[in-house]
Amino acid sequence: MRANSAAAVLIRGAAPYGEQPLDLLLAGGLIVATGAAASVDERAAAAEIIDADGLVVLPGLVDLHTHLREPGREDAETVESGSAAAALGGYTAVFAMPNTDPTADTAGVVEQVYRLGRDVGLVDVFPIGAVTVGRKGERLAELAAMANSAAHVRVFSDDGDCVSDALLMRRALEYVKAFDGVIAQHAQEPRLTQGAQMHEGEVSARLGLAGWPAVAEEAIIARDCLLTDHVGSRLHVCHLSTAGSVEVVAAAKKRGTAVTAEVTPHHLLLTDERATGYDPVFKVNPPLRTAADTAALRKALADGVIDIVATDHAPHASQDKETEWDNASPGMLGLQTALSVVIDTMLRPGLLDWRGVARVMSETPSRIGGLTEHGRPIAAGEPANLVLIDPAASWTVSGAALASLSANTPYEGMELPGRVVATYLRGRRTAGAGAGVAG
Amino acid sequence: MTTTVRQIEQGRAASGPTAPPTPAQTPDTAPIRLPRHLLSAGDLNRATAEHVLSTAERIEQAIAGREVRKLPTLRGRTVVNLFFEDSTRTRISFELAAKRLSADVITFSAKGSSVSKGESLKDTAWTLQAMGADAVVCRHSSSGAPQQLSAWVDGHVINAGDGTHEHPTQALLDAYTLRRHLGPLVGRRIVVVGDVLHSRVARSNVLLLSTLGAQLTLVAPPTLLPVGVQAWPVEVSYDLDAALVGADAVMMLRVQRERMSGAFFPTAREYSRSYGLDGRRRALIAPHGIVLHPGPMNRGMEITPQVADGAGSVIVEQVANGVTVRMAVLYLLLSGEIEMAGGTA
Repeated sequence: MRANSAAAVLIRGAAPYGEQPLDLLLAGGLIVATGAAASVDERAAAAEIIDADGLVVLPGLVDLHTHLREPGREDAETVESGSAAAALGGYTAVFAMPNTDPTADTAGVVEQVYRLGRDVGLVDVFPIGAVTVGRKGERLAELAAMANSAAHVRVFSDDGDCVSDALLMRRALEYVKAFDGVIAQHAQEPRLTQGAQMHEGEVSARLGLAGWPAVAEEAIIARDCLLTDHVGSRLHVCHLSTAGSVEVVAAAKKRGTAVTAEVTPHHLLLTDERATGYDPVFKVNPPLRTAADTAALRKALADGVIDIVATDHAPHASQDKETEWDNASPGMLGLQTALSVVIDTMLRPGLLDWRGVARVMSETPSRIGGLTEHGRPIAAGEPANLVLIDPAASWTVSGAALASLSANTPYEGMELPGRVVATYLRGRRTAGAGAGVAG
Repeated sequence: MTTTVRQIEQGRAASGPTAPPTPAQTPDTAPIRLPRHLLSAGDLNRATAEHVLSTAERIEQAIAGREVRKLPTLRGRTVVNLFFEDSTRTRISFELAAKRLSADVITFSAKGSSVSKGESLKDTAWTLQAMGADAVVCRHSSSGAPQQLSAWVDGHVINAGDGTHEHPTQALLDAYTLRRHLGPLVGRRIVVVGDVLHSRVARSNVLLLSTLGAQLTLVAPPTLLPVGVQAWPVEVSYDLDAALVGADAVMMLRVQRERMSGAFFPTAREYSRSYGLDGRRRALIAPHGIVLHPGPMNRGMEITPQVADGAGSVIVEQVANGVTVRMAVLYLLLSGEIEMAGGTA
């Protein structure tokens, strides 16, 4: 079962988008035949046969927001371990955030990350370039050099920090128009969030932790939408987390702003009450918000005000988490749990169907990131980037059992619905039995 | 050790007319137990809170008039004072409390955050665990650190002030002081004034005093009240004069001068004019009313020296009561084990 892209695979009876089951024949990195044509194809005779009865097949998932930590923090995650986690989570492409050491703010660093991803080969790794040198928010990085590099960067972000200077943000939005780039903004007004530890509200008042007010996110999104209108560019909002931000984005979209927005699985499921035990595994930036916010985010994702789900997968070594809350690093793992959380919060309640899941986790993130080989239809002639999902299964999350080098999952011990059975990248199995990766 | 327990139990029986009345006595069938750790004043319900306060009264009576003010109750026990933040008065108070109960006391001053030393809080916890601490008194500049510590050690953890979260023994000593002067706190009107946003003393007092039935009014400039204060069982006012009229007690909170850099208020002078307790305002509270301050005071800022040192000021008494109340907390947290030890002896 040492699958490679040359070996043909016949997937029998998987249901694309949870609809009518059919057979899929993968060969040469493509879906070469579907339905009745698949089994009569001459390549089917020698193909590995996968019984996918009862399974759902979707285009491979695309994560627009991943932290792979390499270069710099290889103790927390590497391109290799993060790629394995991504494949196991059903992803065939991830966008790697530039807040590494050194910062991915030059063609050299983004090409290094791109090459590492290609060498590992479990998932396509697309580096995101920093907007400013060293993510310091002082002057623009060489955006065109990164765009023209082998890594072909189209998404730029200072994620972890906000491009808070209005003039710099305007220039960045303008500049990337030359190569159809997009600025992915971490919306956080820095002065309003000095020392902020968690969502500012009743829970922060009780716990005595410095508050991160919703307005600090909403004000930046509003400003950036107006700047985007003014210069006729494209804006992507990272990890949108508040009901107020939903209103701001909805209003901008209504008037025609070229803005897209992402929500993380943890903001769909978890609330600020989780901070009550001061366990820093629940510390994340932007912080977990209130139940009213999670409800608004789910509705916005269903309505299309929020375009996509992105993980903000943020591995942290144990010494950066097993410490006082205010000294702990913010962030949580997400790649292997994202699909299950979306099934739990969106699919099961009927807010999205499988078509919708494919849209928010594969097709639209691929489009925002400018990819052509991912998030494609499940049809003959398309790249064989697919994920097989058992919708009836459930599993119990254990940080130690995840492929990441870090274990900071906020879902430890939780039983989550849906399970990735196999992931195929260009017809080669990257996760699931026989993929050479712990399944 | 059992003898000592009996001494204190007998003290309960002997607590005659001089002792303030204990309000709601709980049914004597169910022994009142403190939670394993004292992390928040919210961990105490009315019965347990009153049990701590009445135990403190009995301890005070047991010691009163003795030449040697020391009880053998915690002999052989180890109490670790783990202070990640400077606090001479709280540290000394706990140290004295533990020593008066004959415990072995180790003071571990780890100034600054554990991270800056390269040692994690967890490593520190494991060190204490290995040393066999029966109780850990933890002061930390980070909210929640004592609670995190409690997950990693077997001993009882007492929060001696964590960040801007809580300081439950301060609230207990305040309640003890208030009861001595005002009797039962049910329906008593207490005004808490100052930097509520950053005050662990305020958070613990809001929880404990409302549990004991007092009516609290918080007075502060709007910038020094937390967003979310609406959910607290208190009234909130920006008008100190109006709030003070007829109050049974006023508790002034320390205002740190560095708050000015955060633009919480324009100047110390303006703060003092609007929210400082001077002689004129002192006269607005009830004739039997008292003035509290957890210390250390900024004389001339939140309170004038005349008021701090004047009639009805119980600020020095608060310090003395702190030792007694902390003895009661240590005794009660560790007494379950003492009873067990006595039973098997």
